[in-house]
Amino acid sequence: MNFEFTEEHLMIRDAARDFAQRELLPGVIERDDKAIYPTEQVKKLAELGFLGMLVGSKYDGGGMDTISYVLAMEEISKVDSSVAVIMSVNNSLVCWGVEKYGTEEQKEKYLKPMARGEKIGAFLLSEPEAGSDATSQRTTAIDMGDHYLVNGTKNWITNGKSASTYIVFAQTHKELKHRGINALIVEADTEGISVGPHENKMGMRASDTHSVMFNNVKVPKENRLGEEGFGFKLAMKSLEGGRIGIASQALGIASGAYELALKYAQERKAFGKEIINHQVIAFKLADMAVEIEAARYFCLKAAWLKDQGKPYGHASAMAKLYAAETAMKVTTEAVQIHGGYGYVKEYHVERLMREAKLTQIYEGTSEIQKIVISRGLMD
Amino acid sequence: MKILVCISNVPDTTTKVKFKEDNTLLDDSGIQWIINPWDELALTRALELKEDAGNSVNEVCVINVGGSLTEATLRKALAIGADKAIRIDACPSDAYHVAGQIAEYLKENVYDLIFSGIESSDYNGSSVGAMLAEFMNYSGISSVTNVNLDDDIVVSRAIPGGKQMIKTETPFVAIVQKGIAKEPRIPSMRGIMMARKKPLEVIPAAELPVLTQTVKFELPQAKGTCKMIDPEHVEQLVELLKNEAKVL
Amino acid sequence: MSVVAFAKNWNGKFKNSSYELVSYTKELANQMQTNLVIVSIGKITEEELNKLSQYGADRIISVNDARMNVLTSRVYAEVIAQIAKKESAELVVMTDNNSGKAIAPRVAVKLKAGMVAAVQELPVSIKPFVVKKQMFSGKTFGYVQINSAIRVLTLAKNCFGLVENPVECNIDISHPEVNTGLFKIQIISEEEQKNKVILTDADCVVSAGRGMRSPDNWRPVEELAEVLGAATACSRPVSDEGWRSHEEHVGQTGKVIAPNLYIAAGISGAIQHVAGISRSKCIVAINTDPEAPIFSVADYGIIGDVMDVLPRLTEAFRKSKS
Repeated sequence: MNFEFTEEHLMIRDAARDFAQRELLPGVIERDDKAIYPTEQVKKLAELGFLGMLVGSKYDGGGMDTISYVLAMEEISKVDSSVAVIMSVNNSLVCWGVEKYGTEEQKEKYLKPMARGEKIGAFLLSEPEAGSDATSQRTTAIDMGDHYLVNGTKNWITNGKSASTYIVFAQTHKELKHRGINALIVEADTEGISVGPHENKMGMRASDTHSVMFNNVKVPKENRLGEEGFGFKLAMKSLEGGRIGIASQALGIASGAYELALKYAQERKAFGKEIINHQVIAFKLADMAVEIEAARYFCLKAAWLKDQGKPYGHASAMAKLYAAETAMKVTTEAVQIHGGYGYVKEYHVERLMREAKLTQIYEGTSEIQKIVISRGLMD
Repeated sequence: MKILVCISNVPDTTTKVKFKEDNTLLDDSGIQWIINPWDELALTRALELKEDAGNSVNEVCVINVGGSLTEATLRKALAIGADKAIRIDACPSDAYHVAGQIAEYLKENVYDLIFSGIESSDYNGSSVGAMLAEFMNYSGISSVTNVNLDDDIVVSRAIPGGKQMIKTETPFVAIVQKGIAKEPRIPSMRGIMMARKKPLEVIPAAELPVLTQTVKFELPQAKGTCKMIDPEHVEQLVELLKNEAKVL
Repeated sequence: MSVVAFAKNWNGKFKNSSYELVSYTKELANQMQTNLVIVSIGKITEEELNKLSQYGADRIISVNDARMNVLTSRVYAEVIAQIAKKESAELVVMTDNNSGKAIAPRVAVKLKAGMVAAVQELPVSIKPFVVKKQMFSGKTFGYVQINSAIRVLTLAKNCFGLVENPVECNIDISHPEVNTGLFKIQIISEEEQKNKVILTDADCVVSAGRGMRSPDNWRPVEELAEVLGAATACSRPVSDEGWRSHEEHVGQTGKVIAPNLYIAAGISGAIQHVAGISRSKCIVAINTDPEAPIFSVADYGIIGDVMDVLPRLTEAFRKSKS
């Protein structure tokens, strides 16, 4: 056992913290309020290499381990989860699959620009009627010999408009059910693709979530990721890693809210003393600190397993479930500690509370995590 | 052309400083160490000069006098873009001693331009750069806000209420203040990866006297309470400044 | 044995900081039971030199050399070190301003002297020689012991104050030999804003922060400064945003100032900002947020919008003046 971070881990954490404080904090409230996509901020994120930090250096990525990724995600999510989710989707849902299962040609053509952050990726799995139940894909990819013909609609797509590269999941052999699903790399500007309006969300309002419609879209055969029928497995495997990203995001949301609440409680006075000196507040903060610490260990454990090449799906589901629930609880308490100030936008905690809610829903709801975890118990 | 940047390792500016052993030693538990802010700006400018292809800067080296604790800071400097790092293994307690150590290194290793921050945010000594210039018998330019290495070497420096441009020749010591670079750089993932392979050389300290030592620390007394004045009656403030504070 | 103090002049004129230096070193020489020698460099009138005698300067060595009108730290350090040796100085003191910061360390190396910068008061003891100074950007004080036979100090401005002590004054004119090679710094241009109160010298400073909301809102700040004869300053975010020039930034990485009166308008008072102003004699804070940390270091506070309070304040000062 070793609970020490390396010097490099800390350097990456500090870099992410400096970036978040310097580049993300100014304007975060306005971007959220008006749902403005963080174009400039994402560009800088790319320059620093965060968008492809998990990709190996051979493919122009940062070559960093998953522990570093957890630390960076936490720091960025403390300040701006809309930016964090862009980074998470690109790294763990899109780049990871292409690096692990793609052909050399696919890596050269699609992975490298995404690892450099010049292009952004999106992961198109959810459908209007296939959310938690991802097996029931209605989007089809008919095998036309030299290409697939894709038709259907994808929903809740993070980076839906900003992405240049999609990974699209679609049914090729309906009779094989989920074993007939393929994963295709699709260029967003291919003819027949249209992007729906910006979803007007409760939180993470600056990230661009859209539906994407496919109408007779031709996708070359060589753009299939992995073997024929590997799509569903790829989706599930990608989500195992993606959950480490979202768990770390939830961790960041929680610790960001906690830090603000702690600072506020040390400054704000009521009944003649700082409110942290009232036990009712002090105990709240103690509970928050304990749960955040536990969530952090869950995230780091899952990341460590992944870095060691050990199975991590079970651990990442636990991390996501626990961190998301913690984020919801902690942000709610942080708003409470701030009182009326917590309910107005200027103090950040209400935004963090809205962001926390999404971590319980996307990349597998808390309920789905429980299914994954309980199935793991029976293995 | 080679540039040497002197780096001091200091507690993060937001750190709450605490002391131990009857207030005679800094309590370094829980301290986050950073590159001294002025040194970091100096390094940023040095890297800009190297990246500007018109200049013939082919090496930016950072140097620090300190214990092994400071290596994290030096590696950050490498990740930001310095080509190599030198640590002189000594406790940096006295400016004369620190400047003397760097001078010993400079006598064996030629650099054309030496950057030093105008002060360090820990002991606020503000003397290493000028002492180094004196040890080396170099000219030293203080309060430097810009260095240009075009056809002529032109240095801008702040003077009270204005600025001055100075033409100079190498070698010289530029003692820099805010303005020398816009903002410090954040290390990129690529930079952090490349830093793994860059040299960080540790060299033993030279025999030099330590002329000063900090024998005790003391926390300032808490300030009295702030007297609040009704914004509708600001003339009361004028009255208080005149008759109570007596500062008008 | 002696105490040697370098009193800088600006185009042949002394400033309050020069008188403060003489006041401080006179007291120090008395404490050490030794003589005070004041050094002046560059062209200056006898009448101006005599002003120092008001504060206890009984012996002045004037290096009345026109070549030295322009301050070159190497030349000045050489001259001061030569005099210090001749006068068997055990202590050399100068003001902690830009030139002092450049010259004192060089003198220290020449004399193999331990140096402490920006001391604020008389030494707490002479044997051993221990001085107190701010450290960690004002967050603490440190007591520094100097173990060398000769010591160099710089004196922080506006801490010791002026102590009147009129004496008879002897002025020696001296022409030390200086290697002409040291003069070769070439100034190619110089810009100076005339009639502007210099921030680091100002008795009164009006400073504003992000609470002003826009760079176009600075007029009320400037108006208040005009009425008070104050210099204007700003917080770091404001200079980083380019709303005001870096020259105006006070704080840990900007200028450290010690005016008699510091008025902070719309500045929250981050710890780095406080580091630059904590030596001010009196701090007035104006902020809409009653929880702003600036109020914990301020002597007087007004809770209110700066755009509303500043014009009222300007009016109140104007009235009290007339």
